[in-house]
Amino acid sequence: MLSVEEVKHIARLARIGLSDEEVSKYQKELSAILDFFKELEAVPTEGVLPMGNITGKSDALREDSVQSLSAAQRDALIANMPAVKDGFVKVKSVF
Amino acid sequence: MLCENMIKELHEKLLAREITAVALAEEYFARIEAKNGDLNAYLTITKEQALKDAAFVDEKIANGEPIGMLAGIPGAIKDNICVAGVRATAASKILDNFIAPYDATVIDRLKKENAIFLGKTNLDEFAMGASTENSAYGPVKNPLDPARVPGGSSGGSAAAVAGDMAVWALGTDTGGSIRQPASFCGLVGLKPTYGRVSRFGAIAMASSLDQIGPFAKTVEDVAIVLSAISGFDIHDATTGESDAKDYTGFLDGNIKGLRIGVPEEYFSADLDTRVRAVAEKAIEQFRALGAEIIPISLPRSKYALAVYYLVMPCEVSSNLARYDGIRFGLSVNDEKNSTPETSALLETYLDTRRYGFGSEVKRRVMLGTYALSAGYYDAYYKKAQQVRRLIREDFEQAFESVDLIFSPTAPEAAFKFGEKSDDPLKMYLSDIYTVTANLVGVPAISFPMGGIEDDGKMLPIGGQLMGKWYDEENVLRAADAFERATLKN
Repeated sequence: MLSVEEVKHIARLARIGLSDEEVSKYQKELSAILDFFKELEAVPTEGVLPMGNITGKSDALREDSVQSLSAAQRDALIANMPAVKDGFVKVKSVF
Repeated sequence: MLCENMIKELHEKLLAREITAVALAEEYFARIEAKNGDLNAYLTITKEQALKDAAFVDEKIANGEPIGMLAGIPGAIKDNICVAGVRATAASKILDNFIAPYDATVIDRLKKENAIFLGKTNLDEFAMGASTENSAYGPVKNPLDPARVPGGSSGGSAAAVAGDMAVWALGTDTGGSIRQPASFCGLVGLKPTYGRVSRFGAIAMASSLDQIGPFAKTVEDVAIVLSAISGFDIHDATTGESDAKDYTGFLDGNIKGLRIGVPEEYFSADLDTRVRAVAEKAIEQFRALGAEIIPISLPRSKYALAVYYLVMPCEVSSNLARYDGIRFGLSVNDEKNSTPETSALLETYLDTRRYGFGSEVKRRVMLGTYALSAGYYDAYYKKAQQVRRLIREDFEQAFESVDLIFSPTAPEAAFKFGEKSDDPLKMYLSDIYTVTANLVGVPAISFPMGGIEDDGKMLPIGGQLMGKWYDEENVLRAADAFERATLKN
């Protein structure tokens, strides 16, 4: 069973704000799901290469060149920005 | 009634000028207007553009210009696939105001075919779920029984086609999200081989598992849509197989000698006896068509669900990191939770995601974050990826002696609303037969194979056929042969 501190830590890493009730709710649910994975511990996997890439392809590279956007494309991107100033996306200060 | 027809028939009617593309589109919009308020299959209707595109097709026909099979044929697009200038929500509040700035590659290809888009369909939020009960915009009702779910996550697309509100639809499938709704709604739904169809412009859920695929009432219609959307794409480095194929060319109904494997693990004692009965009847039908039925074993398949529910949330936690209230989407900073340690920027992240994401999304993001974090990565994610390789080896071995693998698509028919939504694990078990195809990357189709009775209602049950990598031909051929044989009865 995950501890309350562990859940708060995970939520922080995941950048998801949680209330105390939510911490408690997810503590139970996440613990139940994590228990479900215990069965994998018994599977012998010594020397087995982890499989993430299932295509067998590698190094699909492209030319490192800049692709310019049209004014219409720029406008479409800017239209989605929550806060804009002079065509730049505005963010809260980092420090 | 116009919408009873299949794509080829509608195409011929258009060419013969028995109907116009505009009239066809208007017929479908009338149906959507009549039914969507109740069924909630569509989140956004794109009537103005659809009618413009339909008029363009009618003009081409009037000028005697050649048109493709999909020209003027109305379809629906799952709302996690980008159509330029149209809202794309992924059924999440966090994208409530997001307007897609570009077309997904599949959309671009369908536009080149002059297909008509009726609108964007409802889904479980960020494609996470098996019922559409996780949508931030309310669930979708199954047109065959409105007390029941249409399946998920592509429930809106399935309900649109099954409810005669679209001739075809696109969905996405990460662990069964096309196949299970197809099964629940009596449709054909295909998850292509991983890499067959470009994922560019699909809102990413789990990048090593996601695939876009078609829904329709018949295998031929699914084959037509697949032909239009598949093929190598420079924008998706995981796509392979360059040559464009016409999949309808393989629907010759001849499956004599085709070897169909039946895994003992998928027909365990736990399987609902009604579902088993329908599946066994389907096996006999394949046998009657000349296929060779071969018992096989996929020993590590029992770990597939655990592997999937570990690998997928890890990839989800990475893919959903972009929803941070900065460049697009919902942005919240209610300044209620500031502490000296919380910068305003951090609070934007915490609040945006707190209010923007639903519970299932938060669950999976946190699960993945935990499993990838320092100290846990080896025990969870790495271990799961190792078992994933072992599961794939079982398939490689099985495919040395069979061409296709058969099972039910889901262990049940469409369940009632609320039946599984109180327990996440209960919902995950719906995926027991479908997740494996995503883990190993093979193509898989769900086709109607019969019905079962549940609580006085007759409900459809889908059969699943998995094929070898890039062998959509045999998958479609076998499903089509079955469909022809059963339609005769």
